[in-house]
Parts: sequence; C-alpha cells; structure tokens
Amino acid sequence: MRNGTTHCRYAEDVNPAFPAEIMAKPGGEALRDCIQCGTCSGACPMSVHMDLTPRRVIALTRAGLERDVLESATPWLCASCYECQVRCPREIRVTDVMYALKRRAIEKGMYPKRFPIPVLAKAFYNMVATHGRNSESRVLIELALRTNPFSLLKMAPVGLKLLKTGRMALGQDHIKNPKELKAILDAMEES
Amino acid sequence: MTAYAYYPGCSLSGLGKPYDESLRAVFSHLGLGLEEVPDWNCCGATSYMSISEDKAVALAARNLALAEQMHGAIVVPCAACFLVLTKAQHMMAEYPALAAKVHKGLQTAGLAYHGRAVVRHPLDILVNDVGLDVIRTKVTRPLAGYRVAPYYGCQVVRPYGTFDDPLRPQTLDRLMAAAGAQVVDYPLKAHCCGGSLTGTMEEIGVRLNFLLLKEARARAANVLATVCPLCQYNLEAYQGKMRRTFNEDVSLPVVYFTQLLGLAFGLSPASVGLQRNFVTAEPLPAMA
Repeated sequence: MRNGTTHCRYAEDVNPAFPAEIMAKPGGEALRDCIQCGTCSGACPMSVHMDLTPRRVIALTRAGLERDVLESATPWLCASCYECQVRCPREIRVTDVMYALKRRAIEKGMYPKRFPIPVLAKAFYNMVATHGRNSESRVLIELALRTNPFSLLKMAPVGLKLLKTGRMALGQDHIKNPKELKAILDAMEES
Repeated sequence: MTAYAYYPGCSLSGLGKPYDESLRAVFSHLGLGLEEVPDWNCCGATSYMSISEDKAVALAARNLALAEQMHGAIVVPCAACFLVLTKAQHMMAEYPALAAKVHKGLQTAGLAYHGRAVVRHPLDILVNDVGLDVIRTKVTRPLAGYRVAPYYGCQVVRPYGTFDDPLRPQTLDRLMAAAGAQVVDYPLKAHCCGGSLTGTMEEIGVRLNFLLLKEARARAANVLATVCPLCQYNLEAYQGKMRRTFNEDVSLPVVYFTQLLGLAFGLSPASVGLQRNFVTAEPLPAMA
C-alpha cells in the first residue's frame, strides 16, 4: 500500500455504508465531530512509519473509502498508546476506532497480506482460546515460523540470555478449567 | 493486615519474573498481602481486542468476577493487563447491551460480575494507599547515586488516567524521590515503547526504544525505572541491536520500580530479582 497515498479515488471505490458502520461501533460515535486538525497524527509515535496518518484514516473512513483504510498498515501499526485519544480536542476515541478497523479488516479478509502484526494477533487469540493463558516464548516462535523462520536465529542470543536469567518459560501455561472459559467465549458468538 | 487480590498476568511468570518477585517482596515488607486470583486467565492484551471486542471484554470479565469474590481491590502490575481490565469495566458500564451479553456468558460458567472489583496498579497503591510518608520511614538504604529516569509508558496512565495525569504523570517521580533517588526530568516518560512491535516490526520497535534510551542518557540518567514488563523487556533486550543499527551506545540498566524500592528498603538484590536483569556496561551499584 505504499502507493495508497498517490492513486486516484473514484465514486465506485466508495462503500456508502462503511462510515455509519464504523460510527456504530463503541468509540466510533464521535467520528463525525473530527475537524481534521491533525493532532492525532502529530501525537502518534508511529505516524512516520505509516502509509496513511491517523488523520487521513479518519478522513477516508468518513468518505467511505473502505478498501484504502482496511488495506492500510496504519490500524495495525497502532500500538494502542492512546496518546491521540487523550489529546484529541474533539474527544474522538481514535485508538478505539483503530481497533474497530482492525476487526473489520480481519472479518473481511482485507488486512495487508504477509504482514506480521495480524498473524501475531491470531496466534495469540488461538493460544488463549485453547489454554486460557499466553506463553510468550511459544507465541513468538509461532509468529516467526509463520512469517520469517530465519528470524529465529537472530532471536537466539537474547533467548539464551533470557533462559539463563530464568525469564523464559518454555512450557505452555494453561488454566485449570479451559472448558469453563470456552463456554464463556462461545456464548459471545451468539448474538 | 491489608490484603489485595493479585492478578499477575502471563508475563510475570516469564519475562516479568523479577517484577513479580520484587512486587511480592516490597508488599510483604510493608505488611500488605497479595492473594493470587485463583485460576485467572490471560487478559487478552491488544490481540484479543483486535479480533473480537465482545470476547476481549468477556475474558477480562471472568477475571473481574473471580477477583470480586476475594477483595475489593485487585492489584494488576502489567500495564497491558491493567488497561484491559479497566477498559472492560468502562465498556460494560457504557454499553448495556454488551454488558448483558457478557453477564450471560459468565452465567454459563456459574460466575457473576457486579462491577465491584476495583482495578489498581501497584504504583497507585504505594503512593496513595501506603503514602510517601510511610515509604520514607521504611527507607533504610536511600538510593544515593541513582539518577533515575522515571518511565511510565502508555497504558498505565492512558487513556483513563485513573490515578495520575495521562500525559504528564508524577507518581513514579515522587516515589523514586522518596526512596532517596535523584529523579531526572524525562520528557519522554509517557511516550510509547511500541509494545509488541519489537516482535512483529522489529526495525520500528527498536527505533522507538532507541529514542527513549538516548533521551534518558542525554538527561544523565544512570538507570531507567519501568512499571510494565513489556517496556522493561523492549528497553533492555534490544540494546545490542540498537548499538549495531544506530552506531551509538545507549546502554542503560532498565529495572522495575519495585526493584529499586526494595533496594531502598534494604532488601537484598537477589530478593528483588536483580540477578535476572541483563548486566550493562555501567551497572547499578547493587548489580556490580
């Protein structure tokens, strides 16, 4: 999506339902109040790495340009530091909007492909759904295997230091009653 | 004895082990009890919220329901856990339909959450419940020679600012000063370390952490105090990578605030898990 900032956009690219659907999500209510001041982009520690700044994501969302927004790396680069959200003069919950966009991108399969962040989110999600707890080392190894197995070699020196200092739990931690947790999570699937 | 429910979260048995050890040591020294929430589950961190909001809130709510059966307050040291549990409370209060769904889910497991559990960060408890006057009376080995950069990161103070200013927090500054340390003015104190980005987009994550350490060194800090296991790991484990990438040495000991406080109380370096930290070129007196 590096060229996402330069291509032309046409009426046919618009999904007219998109803005209202994002505004209906928790945190999205105030999107219509955005004055495009750019405080969010200025506050964001990640914006220099983004293909679209947070301000542009809001503008494109309100314009209904769903594909631009969902295929962008921006929602995934958001590290949830909430600085934009706290600083926004219109009290828009920008970080929560980024979460709503991530979830929609996953639902629609429109997130940037071969991008490690959604891969990590899914690996983490599945591990917790199964075991009730997350084992840091296992989640990182799975992420590496799915994206760049060679990165495991680069991780080895730090991994050894963590082992030596007793900070790497190798086993899979789990709760006593994963079935109870599964019942709760399954109940969330029903609408 | 005052006792709190304790939610360690997944990190505190792995990367954050010295946080767990030093927190327990400091609380015990102050006569405060920590009772682990039985069979707690992962908070879901940022990943669950990225995939399913309802399930993310439900995961958090199970922990809140379990904690509610114990004590009024639940101590949550990890920044990500602290935020997720707090956020789940806010969302359930604000969105009744979501709350109803979560209540129904909890019922299938015979659990109930009544909104009574109060989520507290240990920094908040130490400064506001124990109080700095009591802390000062417990300090037997003041942290002389420690020039501390107080680093809050993001999620302990934002977005809710439950016990401190979300952009310009002060509690950690005051606590470290009470422990006898010299606290340096650190304008990046509440800037983001990138969280899990070091694991996914290493170049980007490492750059953020490089900037944080560079500024701490420019302010003449000789140690950086953290309140979050992920910040601690990011700032500590990637120092070699930073030196190779940016051709600049920004190495600095990065420790938990509870480790420093324990040392000031006269606890041994081993009892606050200091041997688990990576040794840097210019180690702390207690690490040498």
